[in-house]
Amino acid sequence: MFEIGLGHYLSLGAIIFTIGLIGIFLNRKNVIVLLMSIELILLAVNINLVSFSIFINDLSGQIFTLFILTVAAAEAAIGLAIIVVYFRNTGTIRVEEIEKLKG
Amino acid sequence: MINLDLIFPEIFLSLSIMFLLMLGVFKKNSEKLIYNLSTMTLIILLALVVNLFSINETLIFNQSYKIDNLSTFMKSLTIISSIFIMISSFTYLKSLNILKIEYPILILSSILGMMVMISSNDLIVFYLGLELQSLALYVLASFNRDNVLSSESGLKYFVLSALSSGLLLYGCSLVYGFSGSTNFNLISNTSLNIEYGVIFGLVFIIVGLAFKISAVPFHMWAPDVYQGSPTSVTLFFAALPKVAALTVFIRFLYTPFVNLIDQWQTILVFISIASMIFGAVAAIGQFNLKRLIAYSSIGHMGYALAGLASGTNQGIQSSVIYISIYLAMTLAFFSCLFMLRKKNIFYEKIEDLSGLSSNHPILSIALLIVLFSLAGIPPLAGFFAKFYIFMAVIEQSMYFLAIIGLLSTVVAAFYYLRLIKIIYFDKPNEIFEKDHNIGLKFTLAISTGILILYFIYPGILIEVVSRINLI
Repeated sequence: MFEIGLGHYLSLGAIIFTIGLIGIFLNRKNVIVLLMSIELILLAVNINLVSFSIFINDLSGQIFTLFILTVAAAEAAIGLAIIVVYFRNTGTIRVEEIEKLKG
Repeated sequence: MINLDLIFPEIFLSLSIMFLLMLGVFKKNSEKLIYNLSTMTLIILLALVVNLFSINETLIFNQSYKIDNLSTFMKSLTIISSIFIMISSFTYLKSLNILKIEYPILILSSILGMMVMISSNDLIVFYLGLELQSLALYVLASFNRDNVLSSESGLKYFVLSALSSGLLLYGCSLVYGFSGSTNFNLISNTSLNIEYGVIFGLVFIIVGLAFKISAVPFHMWAPDVYQGSPTSVTLFFAALPKVAALTVFIRFLYTPFVNLIDQWQTILVFISIASMIFGAVAAIGQFNLKRLIAYSSIGHMGYALAGLASGTNQGIQSSVIYISIYLAMTLAFFSCLFMLRKKNIFYEKIEDLSGLSSNHPILSIALLIVLFSLAGIPPLAGFFAKFYIFMAVIEQSMYFLAIIGLLSTVVAAFYYLRLIKIIYFDKPNEIFEKDHNIGLKFTLAISTGILILYFIYPGILIEVVSRINLI
């Protein structure tokens, strides 16, 4: 039968990580999508950590994951707050229009 | 039993943050009180940290937290400059109407994050410190929330910094997986037999850290964020996170990855050369002083990394000296910026400096000293900072790095000298206000004093720094 090993989990993590990166750099529409991409990157890291933790029989990877989840929640909260502040000032959250600071 | 004396500064700081937050919530109109109490907290904290100078290298909490000469020195540096930042930016905050109770508390929490980062000896502890620091900084960047530029800079800083944290974490996960531990000492034991996963993780970690200290090619956030955020926050950005990130750089390169020196040395040399050249060239076309200082700080980080790239104790020590002198120069420059004020409006364009010397002779002299020091002209402190770096680099026969460094110093001197020309030889503008609060004057006097008098007593700083021996 087909055996699922560490390599498969790592590839899954790498693919999700890449999707997150591409989402940040190719996204021209909406800042919320940036927030989702950042979340994807952190989730890819979590997949990596948990699978490593199981395959090398060491718990600290899973503890690391719990910490990352907590921090990601705080980060999303702050990010949304900043987006709200920005929207109040400009009335838009389109990524193309974030260009007041240039030089 | 864990020796809690060693982390007493951190415990004290976190308790004071909670106390001040409660006080600010329950007592109405207590902005000024909270601000002054936070400054007091920092002063007490400094005393507590300096008290640890006699401690030799000690590991606590299952070897995840390290107290040694490097951490104590960097913590004291962070706290001293944050005290100066607090006392110099009071008038600025008040006239922009952003003196809220949250401001000093956010500053204190980011300092707590930096202290944890500086002392960390474990990937988890390091990550938590880093996030505590940057979460507070996101809010600080967009603190002037009715201002479009400030909220935009907060947004940009948030997205790019969160991205860099993500890259860094991915690197941490790879390092953890292929070395089997999150502890720096254990990682360094296993990285003797070189695994590709660890090297991959190392590259990701270097990228993330280069983001945090705004080294080329990961610098693009710095000019925008520096220009958009309130000047007091820009000062904070220009000074403190770089100290913490540079310390973490030293820790990472010289504890867990010291066996991989062949791999990371090339990367660091590249980053350092690119930062030096870019910082010198890109600053030439700027009109905004805050943007200019952003490019200048990119260049300065290039020099600091050049010291690290040499891979010797002397290199580390010269980087530490460089960052200390860089802090003094940044403080002095921003104190001058805080003084360009007319009726609660602060000026930050280069043309506002035009003919400053005819109305404000003392301020112009101070600016002259700071700019000469930034350009690295002897006998000011900035020259010695660069001199030590070049000494350390040449000792390792890395002549190419030294030559590029010298050439970019020459290019960078152009825009510093242009500022001096504008101050001294152009047509005078309207006169700025001359009453400044005592804290601001004190900061400017102390920091320019350090820049001038450093060459008389260089031994004090060198003596303290020479106790930092990592290899």
